[in-house]
Amino acid sequence: MTTLPAQTTRKLGLVIDLDTCVGCHACVIACKGWNTENYGAPLSDQDPYGADPSGTFLNRVHSYEVQPETGSAQLVHFPKSCLHCEDAPCVTVCPTGASYKRVEDGIVLVNETDCIGCGLCAWACPYGAREMDVAEGVMKKCTLCVDRIYNDNLPEDDREPACVRTCPAGARHFGDLADPESAVSRLVETRGGVDLMPEQGTKPVNQYLPPRPRDRLDHGPDHGPQTQATDAPVALDAKGFLGWLDRTLDKI
Amino acid sequence: MHPAPSVIVFTTLSGLGFGVLIWLGLGLPAVTGWTAFALFTIAYGLAVGGLMASTLHLGHPERALKAFSQWRSSWLSREGVCAVAALIVMAAYGAGLVFFDARLAPLGWLGAALSLATVVTTAMIYAQLRTVPRWHTPLTPALLLAISLAGGALLTGQVSAALVLLPIAGVLQVLWWVRGDMALATSGTDMATATGLGGIGTVRAFEPPHTGTNYLLREMVHLVGRKHALKLRIIAFALGYAAPVALILLPFSHALGALAVLSHLAGIAASRWLFFAEAEHVVGLYYGKR
Repeated sequence: MTTLPAQTTRKLGLVIDLDTCVGCHACVIACKGWNTENYGAPLSDQDPYGADPSGTFLNRVHSYEVQPETGSAQLVHFPKSCLHCEDAPCVTVCPTGASYKRVEDGIVLVNETDCIGCGLCAWACPYGAREMDVAEGVMKKCTLCVDRIYNDNLPEDDREPACVRTCPAGARHFGDLADPESAVSRLVETRGGVDLMPEQGTKPVNQYLPPRPRDRLDHGPDHGPQTQATDAPVALDAKGFLGWLDRTLDKI
Repeated sequence: MHPAPSVIVFTTLSGLGFGVLIWLGLGLPAVTGWTAFALFTIAYGLAVGGLMASTLHLGHPERALKAFSQWRSSWLSREGVCAVAALIVMAAYGAGLVFFDARLAPLGWLGAALSLATVVTTAMIYAQLRTVPRWHTPLTPALLLAISLAGGALLTGQVSAALVLLPIAGVLQVLWWVRGDMALATSGTDMATATGLGGIGTVRAFEPPHTGTNYLLREMVHLVGRKHALKLRIIAFALGYAAPVALILLPFSHALGALAVLSHLAGIAASRWLFFAEAEHVVGLYYGKR
């Protein structure tokens, strides 16, 4: 039944640090690599080397510009995959029971042999976490690398989602968010992790750590008023040869 | 949302087909024999044709039987169950009318109730989606039910009922459009909540994840056709509601009646195209497309 479990024993999920992510897209590639070769149907590409390439991805990295009221704009790289919501709207809309949320760890999965490819679950997801595979005609989504995290054939280091394992910046963390003592829960607590689109009522398990306040470029202790320098790129107090050149050119 | 022709054809034709079945089930008009045969054939052609069209957009139509299993949680599953139940009950009721000249009234009422439930469950598939603020309102089932009842009354020649129901549907349509135009802005979902970055400043999409398009953009960030939205609304309103009322107010003839039905059907198809093409899915916010 595609009813949701009243509660899950654990809440496995990701904590994504927007302060640390450098936008390298390594997680995108690692995800595509692992998930195209393992659990379920491969993640197909259409016209990959042609004029109009597109394909199925379970993890995509957006980039946003955030302009504070004063000061410089910030660039924030923003990886997004399934948030394994507690109240996952994608699960309850499924007419066949192909979509389900696991009681033991809260992972939201699709049983691909039951999926009729109606696409309603992708409509129900506010985050764009589900993508219909064009070649296979079934819905694909992040499995939290369920075939890695419990895989005794892998070295213990590798028993975490491919995106987390590969992240060179350490911006992705995996763990049990139901356990207040887990590393991920403490990270969320310390850094003030946030839900995406909380008003949608999905109660996402994955948490996002907002960027820390930036050093103020324009008020750095040693660098002087740099924004003024940007506005007026000419040094007014040049000395030595440049000072002589400045004065001479002024006279011409 | 992507206005898939299969879904537009399905909701338009099936809506009318089940609308006709509702009236036939109530015994309005109390037809038997060949007249009943003709009306039931039209109703089944519309309802079943629409259902068949809807399977065209499935990735795996051969597994469609599984879709009857999750009626406890899924409106789409409920729709399937109601539709099949309605078609079976009305077939038995219709066979009585056509072949035995016998009207089993309670069976007809049951069939009418199931047909009504089919229309409501179809509407709830859309109305349940918080992700599409334009659809997420009780006005959606109200509108689709009114259209279905009005169209059914029109096609079965229930002129006095159609003269009440068509204007009601027209008013609901305008209300639905007016509310819909404000729905995303008042939904509380914007780029700030989508990214969680609103506390820092104004969020602007800087770079999409890929240079190419993807399933999400094709399916849920459809931008084509909004340019002509107002003209299409006028066409939909004129053909779907105003013209049929005018035509059935004229002295009765079968040709004018048929014209009224065709006009209504064309108007509703235009309205249904807009229903999808104008609907904004919140995932578009992540792409800066709202």
